[in-house]
Amino acid sequence: MAKVLVVTSGKGGVGKTTSTAALGVALAQSGQSVVLVDFDVGLRNLDLILGAERRVVYDLINVIQGEAKLAQALIRDKRVENLSLLAASQTRDKDALSSEGVARVIAELREKFDWVIADSPAGIERGATHAMYHADVAVVVTNPEVSSVRDSDRIIGLLDSKTERAERGEQVEKHLLITRYDPARAARGEMLKIDDVVEILSVPLIGVVPESEEVLRASNLGMPVTLSAPESVAARAYFDAVRRLKGEQFPVVIPAEKRGFLGKLFGSRVA
Amino acid sequence: MPRIRTNIRLRGRSFIAIALAPEAPLDAWLDGLAEQVGRAPEVFAARPVVVDLSALGPVDDGEYAVLFAALAALGIRVIGVEGVDAARAGAGWTHPPLLVGGRPTAEPAEPPRPQPNAIIIARPVRSGQTVLNPAGDVTVIGAVSSGAEIVAAGSIHVYGPLRGRAIAGFAGGGGARIFCQRLEAELLSIDGLYRTAEEMPAGLRGQPAQAWLDGENLQIQKLS
Ligand SMILES: Nc1ncnc2c1ncn2[C@@H]1O[C@H](COP(=O)(O)OP(=O)(O)OP(=O)(O)O)[C@@H](O)[C@H]1O
Ligand SMILES: [Mg+2]
Repeated sequence: MAKVLVVTSGKGGVGKTTSTAALGVALAQSGQSVVLVDFDVGLRNLDLILGAERRVVYDLINVIQGEAKLAQALIRDKRVENLSLLAASQTRDKDALSSEGVARVIAELREKFDWVIADSPAGIERGATHAMYHADVAVVVTNPEVSSVRDSDRIIGLLDSKTERAERGEQVEKHLLITRYDPARAARGEMLKIDDVVEILSVPLIGVVPESEEVLRASNLGMPVTLSAPESVAARAYFDAVRRLKGEQFPVVIPAEKRGFLGKLFGSRVA
Repeated sequence: MPRIRTNIRLRGRSFIAIALAPEAPLDAWLDGLAEQVGRAPEVFAARPVVVDLSALGPVDDGEYAVLFAALAALGIRVIGVEGVDAARAGAGWTHPPLLVGGRPTAEPAEPPRPQPNAIIIARPVRSGQTVLNPAGDVTVIGAVSSGAEIVAAGSIHVYGPLRGRAIAGFAGGGGARIFCQRLEAELLSIDGLYRTAEEMPAGLRGQPAQAWLDGENLQIQKLS
């Protein structure tokens, strides 16, 4: 059974697109066939992070409006088998998304792939609600700061009420991914504690991705960090998150700043 | 084709109207009302309202005009007036019509004594969500997030952290209380009196607590 996963957050710039790409690579490498769908119509980014920007001919809107066939718009990743991209349009806006069109494209993608991962735009408006509507699973991306947590809480409320599953009286399976976690700042009390974020949102945690130089470098290279630096702390957090998405259960490691073996290990990798 | 004559039946229908009794000075009274509507717009939503003009005394038509315009602006639907001379409300009266035969009900601002009618929510109430019970208590098993709102005619019970707003006794229920397992609320209100987070005793933050009305004072105390 294909699964539709939405990567969402409410607040902008928290790492949705970065996480969509990194999780997509990790899932595809685990043997699943994966398509990443960029719902950020008008501000497309996912193609850049995947280094596919020069290969985009047709996009999601072309398919929705019947100007191209799905097969023509899907871009296969050259480096990772089983990974495809359906880009967003850079020239249209979110009004070009229609409920019927989105439903049709998602249904078609479900036939072809094991995982359909929707990269949601920020906000709680049309783009975000279209991206989440068909989701079976949601990864809620949150930074450990008050405004991001509150926006995520709002989004979780929408996942519980404005999705197809919610309308059928079912639940979207929700996971929390904390990104851009800075152990040094957390130690100084300048960031919310992981425990507090988990407690406030009361959604199971699937990973803590540190603020990292490697992630930044990776996006500039057009490579998700799970591809460019698979041994980095950030990449390992994404690989572990994928194992948890697939149902494995094991404790989440929180990147630490403390001295000692672990601290040094992380210290040398975390910028 | 033969014409069919239909008999038009007149059917009675009764509603409980909310009675408002404006007092002088009208400005101050309208300000107070606007504040109350802002806090609990549900009280007047889609309810018929009768305005009892007797307490306002004999005022000129301009003042009535100000009054009814202000009520309309607040979204209050006035179906009629009481307490004004029948002669005055006769020809040339441009305001809502004079009604006769109104009887006070046991609880003027409420539908016939609400049945005990509790709402129980067995999941967290998230930021941006509102849970409203116009007829009784609300119980939440789980957290009430910052930016979420619980509004109840009766009491509010939160088995979890209360981080959002809790508005109890909103339709005139001074006996309502608010209970929570962990007080981190942004606002507590009972029967229109409220305290924001800043005005709550610092020592109670994070504690199990209850709030109730002692006259015009909203009291908050640790639950032990
Ligand atoms: N773990 C990380 N360490 C360092 N930088 C990061 C990390 N995650 C994301 N970033 C950077 O943060 C910025 C925003 O990331 P990204 O575009 O993934 O966020 P987004 O949530 O998709 O934003 P939008 O809401 O605009 O779509 C990018 O410059 C990205 O490289
Ligand atoms: Mg993005």
